[in-house]
Amino acid sequence: MVETGHFALVLAFALSLVQMIVPLFGARLNNQRLMAVGGPVAITGFALTALSFAALATAYANSDFSVASVWENSHSLQPMIYKITGTWGNHEGSMLLWVLILTFFGALVAAFGSNLPATLRANVLAVQGAIGAAFFLFILATSNPFIRLNPAPIEGRDLNPVLQDLGLAIHPPLLYLGYVGFSICFSFSVAALIEGRIDASWARWVRPWTLVAWMFLTGGIAMGSYWAYYELGWGGFWFWDPVENASFMPWLAGTALLHSAIVMEKRSALKIWTLLLAILTFSLSLLGTFLVRSGVLTSVHAFATDPARGVFILCILTLFIGGSLALFALRASRLTAGGLFHPISREGALVLNNLFLTTATATVLVGTLYPLALEALTGGKISVGAPFFDLTFGPLMLPLLVLVPFGPLLAWKRGDIIAASQRLMAAFAVALAAMLITGLFIDGASVFAALGIGLAVWLVAGALTDLAVKSGVGSAAPAVMVRRFAGLPRSVFGTALAHLGLGLTLLGIVATLSFGTEKILTMRAGETVELSGHTLRFVGLYPAQGPNYSEDRGRFELIGVGGSAVGEISSAKRFFPVRQTTTTESGIKTLGLSQLYISLGDEAKDGSVVVRLWWKPLVTLIWGGGLVMMAGAAMSLMDRRLRVGAPSRRRKQASATAPTVLP
Amino acid sequence: MKARFSAALLVLMLALGFAGMALAVKPDEMLADPALEARARALSEGLRCMVCQNQSIDESDADLARDLRILVRQRLVAGDTDQQVMDYVVSRYGEFVLLKPRFDLRNALLWGTPAILLFAGAIFIVLSARSRRPVSTALSSDEQAALDKMLRD
Repeated sequence: MVETGHFALVLAFALSLVQMIVPLFGARLNNQRLMAVGGPVAITGFALTALSFAALATAYANSDFSVASVWENSHSLQPMIYKITGTWGNHEGSMLLWVLILTFFGALVAAFGSNLPATLRANVLAVQGAIGAAFFLFILATSNPFIRLNPAPIEGRDLNPVLQDLGLAIHPPLLYLGYVGFSICFSFSVAALIEGRIDASWARWVRPWTLVAWMFLTGGIAMGSYWAYYELGWGGFWFWDPVENASFMPWLAGTALLHSAIVMEKRSALKIWTLLLAILTFSLSLLGTFLVRSGVLTSVHAFATDPARGVFILCILTLFIGGSLALFALRASRLTAGGLFHPISREGALVLNNLFLTTATATVLVGTLYPLALEALTGGKISVGAPFFDLTFGPLMLPLLVLVPFGPLLAWKRGDIIAASQRLMAAFAVALAAMLITGLFIDGASVFAALGIGLAVWLVAGALTDLAVKSGVGSAAPAVMVRRFAGLPRSVFGTALAHLGLGLTLLGIVATLSFGTEKILTMRAGETVELSGHTLRFVGLYPAQGPNYSEDRGRFELIGVGGSAVGEISSAKRFFPVRQTTTTESGIKTLGLSQLYISLGDEAKDGSVVVRLWWKPLVTLIWGGGLVMMAGAAMSLMDRRLRVGAPSRRRKQASATAPTVLP
Repeated sequence: MKARFSAALLVLMLALGFAGMALAVKPDEMLADPALEARARALSEGLRCMVCQNQSIDESDADLARDLRILVRQRLVAGDTDQQVMDYVVSRYGEFVLLKPRFDLRNALLWGTPAILLFAGAIFIVLSARSRRPVSTALSSDEQAALDKMLRD
């Protein structure tokens, strides 16, 4: 099975070369048969990669320690779920997952792209093939997961204990679906540049792909944030860590792309910019892969001492980013600019959105790379941490968030800012009230807290106002209103939900940062502690034995008003003997939208234990908002014009709209 | 070293082999005076644990981070202002220890980027909007007449 997987991987590499070359020449020569090669090759390539991945997963499930990667990252006593998720819990396996998803998306274009112009489809598949070829070669040359050991070791070295968590099953696949999903937008852009034209079908295809990738990336980041929150044991949810930034940059750029693609689809304006954004978004995904995979983040020197992988990815990075940008520079002037619009219009609002989002992306990029560049150039070492991003990213987001509710209420082409403001009066009043209530009536509320809560409520109320206005609240009879509401396009709901989710996330962040409380103390069994109105009693420490670890579980009772226990929370310290490491299992009790969070520290000789407690008000909204944003994207995807029944009409429209540019 | 999980690709990162975690600030380190302790915590959040990956000493349970936390508290008890504490720590450990880089010439590009880009972007947008044909919205007298006629009918 392992050799089958290895062989399938090599074969998939060979097919990706075919996929890269043959359709491209077919499109050049306008040869239908050569172009038609792309589809079946892409689908077969995906099948082979899936086979290869299945082979590796089987080796992991069976604890086949003759495979080096399995030996290094698995153990026979691990629960089955962690044996399987361990497949991608390491460098080699995660890269295989990366190409699996890449070929999956390529196969989707091949399978459902029959309504695309033949040359565009061929070029898109060729570009996908080129990305695939580069990464297959990377895996085979520097990170082969199928290397065997002889003689085979008896026992494995265990998966890193902090990864032995359900989060590993969900977070990386979601994240990669997002990361790699943007490759399709990239391939479409490069294909459009190769052809030298963008037509209507281009925009109709790119937008749903952007939505899909963005939805998964949002989920991946939210899931990762929650995982870090409960696994790390100190209750932080975002750290501005370079590795986090690596995924956040494509998200920011992808969000900008999502918005500019709307303008392009609806008004055929901002074409060149959308194309560039699509290239940049995937370039940032590649950059993220490079930053994380090369080890350059730990230190420039660590990178220099073991450069094989890093240099390889750097070459891929240079080739694709440099190549696509060079192509853009050569060809972009051939594409005509699209429709005109007044500065105050939906288009204008979306341009402003793009200005702020791309500046924010660049800020995160500079903050992440500056220390590396400085060290490489001058040898000086500086750190760029959370305080920097709070001071730069924060002020950039502020005006953007204030403006969000206006966007959907402005008309295309020429909007009426006064009318939009009038419609938002109610939302503004609610936000102002929230701000005043927070500032005046909640103890210890800072100006930041009041403004933040007000802004979050403004976003939520603004999103609801959008729906209300569009279903005619205030101007139509109730029955008409309901009918209109039900008849609104799904994409309108999508926009409202996404903006609502953003507001909820902001509310969670502000509430947790401003009103969260913390206590650090030493406790003995039987003692109680009070935190923000909640009383907890420490019941005691209980040792227990897990499949591949031993733990000390500290049990706490939540005491109700009457003095009796109304709930239990337990937090544990786990010791994994194989890797000789200790992890903290935080204890979390969700009360409404808020959480009590307990983390255990060291046990003293006299039996007392260091305990750290947090009250995190509305903290679940941070990730709940992310889920709502995902729901918004899903809703938009279900919009009638993107649904499966639409292709026939879409094709008619596509052929009816003349290509905008001729070479 | 405490694991530096991150929301993104942390899986991949952790191939590096970070593991183990416990609590950072311990009760025995904390100062009795709540005002001083609050200042110590605030300062700690801006100081990097030198042996960790992008982690503040407030979050880290590495020995070095503990030493630094205690050092910060000693300086505060001795009566230093926040700025004096920071200067003292930087004089001993270098600028690397600051999570917020200084505003100086070396970091000009770092701090300047957001403002420069926002400004340049705004100028670019205004210029490219101007270079295009302005949107003509007023109706010509003939069009107005035709419209009036249609509305009347």
